[in-house]
Amino acid sequence: MKSAIIVFPGSNRERDMAVALRRASGHDPLHIWHKDTEWPEVDLIVVPGGFSYGDYLRAGAMGALSPAMRTVKQRADRGVPVLGVCNGFQILTETGLLPGALMRNAGLKFICKQVHLKVEAAQSVFTSGYDDGQVIAVPVAHNDGNYFADEDTLNRLEDRGQVAFRYVDEGGGANEAANPNGSRRNIAGIFNQTKTVLGLMPHPEDAVDPRHGGTEGAALFDGLVRALA
Amino acid sequence: MKAIVHVTLKPGVLDPQGKAIGHALGTLGFIGVGEVRQGKVIEIELDETDPARAKNAVKSMCDKLLANTVIENYAIRIEG
Repeated sequence: MKSAIIVFPGSNRERDMAVALRRASGHDPLHIWHKDTEWPEVDLIVVPGGFSYGDYLRAGAMGALSPAMRTVKQRADRGVPVLGVCNGFQILTETGLLPGALMRNAGLKFICKQVHLKVEAAQSVFTSGYDDGQVIAVPVAHNDGNYFADEDTLNRLEDRGQVAFRYVDEGGGANEAANPNGSRRNIAGIFNQTKTVLGLMPHPEDAVDPRHGGTEGAALFDGLVRALA
Repeated sequence: MKAIVHVTLKPGVLDPQGKAIGHALGTLGFIGVGEVRQGKVIEIELDETDPARAKNAVKSMCDKLLANTVIENYAIRIEG
């Protein structure tokens, strides 16, 4: 599986993402500077975490206008899978590739901790390494992860099976106590309509090695390699 | 001329920062403070001299960058 990671000024999880992709695929991903619009065809494009442009104006707003994102959008429209994690998720909503918006955490604090996620839809290139309803432990690290969309959009996402991950407790309950940031309906990650674009706030790339404290993010990358290689 | 853009969260969108400010005002002893909503003000110097054209240009800026219309409303005032 050939992959590319888009690097912005202020990205900081591109290395973690590269380690996870290399571990799963055996290949080093390309690193694409945000100013580059022409780069080789790849099987997967990743928009990594960090604080592109210092979160100026809104998290992801400036990154979404980067030249490289124009290419990402064109390729996503052609069906090339795109994964956005954390700041990458924020950028994908700002480009319009995914619906909704990520707002300041309801508790106003930066949150860095392990959370539990329920895999809501395992039928995608991103989630085929999991079972429907499986609960996994992965970390979050963000200030603006509070997913918002209007009720009509949320209902449409649910009806079309576009909710990928939800924040839950260890037993799989999607309750208020398990919601770290105030996200509507405990939503942690969503697909586009064709399930070829996934955005999520948690960091599966930081749960791929026992030294991370857990390896339950690895199945996402292993599943991608099986689906795309 | 100059455009002054007010960007505010849409009604019904939770504003935790506004809530925290309201709480802090209460802590300081200010009474009778209701809901507090926080937004941002963006001032833009423009070469344009026609107010209508200026407003149209700034409206396009708001839709493309200055506001995220999923969660925010904007209001434009043209001065000078």
